[in-house]
Amino acid sequence: MHELPISQDILSIALRHAGEAKRIIRLNLVIGDLSSIVGDSIQFYWDIISKGTLAEGSTLHFERIKARFRCSDCENEFEPVDRNFECQKCGGYKVELVAGREFRLESIEVE
Amino acid sequence: MSKTVPIVEQILSANDQIALQNRSQLDASGIFTINLMASPGAGKTSLIMATIQALQNEHRIAYIDGDIASSIDADKVATLGVPTVQINTGGACHLDAVMLQRSLPQLPLTKLDLLVVENVGNLICPSSFRLGAHRNVLIASVPEGDDKPYKYPVMYHGVDVLVLNKMDVLDAFDFNLDYFQRGVEILNPGLIFYHISCKTGEGLAGWLEWVRAEVAAFKKGGGDGYEIR
Repeated sequence: MHELPISQDILSIALRHAGEAKRIIRLNLVIGDLSSIVGDSIQFYWDIISKGTLAEGSTLHFERIKARFRCSDCENEFEPVDRNFECQKCGGYKVELVAGREFRLESIEVE
Repeated sequence: MSKTVPIVEQILSANDQIALQNRSQLDASGIFTINLMASPGAGKTSLIMATIQALQNEHRIAYIDGDIASSIDADKVATLGVPTVQINTGGACHLDAVMLQRSLPQLPLTKLDLLVVENVGNLICPSSFRLGAHRNVLIASVPEGDDKPYKYPVMYHGVDVLVLNKMDVLDAFDFNLDYFQRGVEILNPGLIFYHISCKTGEGLAGWLEWVRAEVAAFKKGGGDGYEIR
């Protein structure tokens, strides 16, 4: 949730990096599956708040990162299925999150 | 002709940057800070009051409470004679670093060892907003049920200590302690657990020892080595 302040943050980061560009055409976001960010909600707010800025009419592109865990007992790395977080190799449950909570603006395309 | 501008910047970094500023200020003032989170009614204020009553002769403690409305919690805690700040968010469902930053000047920062921040009762949003504290403590309670770690994985991740409250009513509920504990440990290897009852005092001694040990370690070693919570 909180996709409105998030959209505002994305806009402010993008504008800060746009430099001499006349227009921002596309924004490339990286979102982990466990980041609790909803892409559709960001898109909804984005269309509203980007009006009248360099980013008006730009498209948001979401690269999703699957959740990935590493088992502390057997070092196995795995992608959990259906929120079942136990190690798929040894059944252990002392697992660490290796990927899946990312949330960043990777790059923008400008002209 | 279009070109790609690489950025690679975390979203919500604005909040994180202020959280860092808060942490610097707390570290410089020598104040060990706990961010306490839970569902509404789990026992945050009760645990805080029991903690202050037990430790206020050993440490100089202050309290900040976040609630959407009312000063019920800050008023209760103020009766114990410690400095308190009530943040009314007006609608925001969590505390964030800006709110904490605005509260700090209201406290006697040069005269404190321990700050306990009681976050808004909410099992979803607080985990997304760092404040600048040293430790995250989550209070769960028996009546909430043993499946919450599985249903709310984001909130149950990034927890340093889990306190399970209302152990005095365990028999009245179908609560499987192993199932619950495993759900939290999955997301937090090495997590510290306390089973307590604020009502009867069961288990409180262990929790208080943890607080004492943390304050002592912080006094000795400073703020490095703690995640920004």
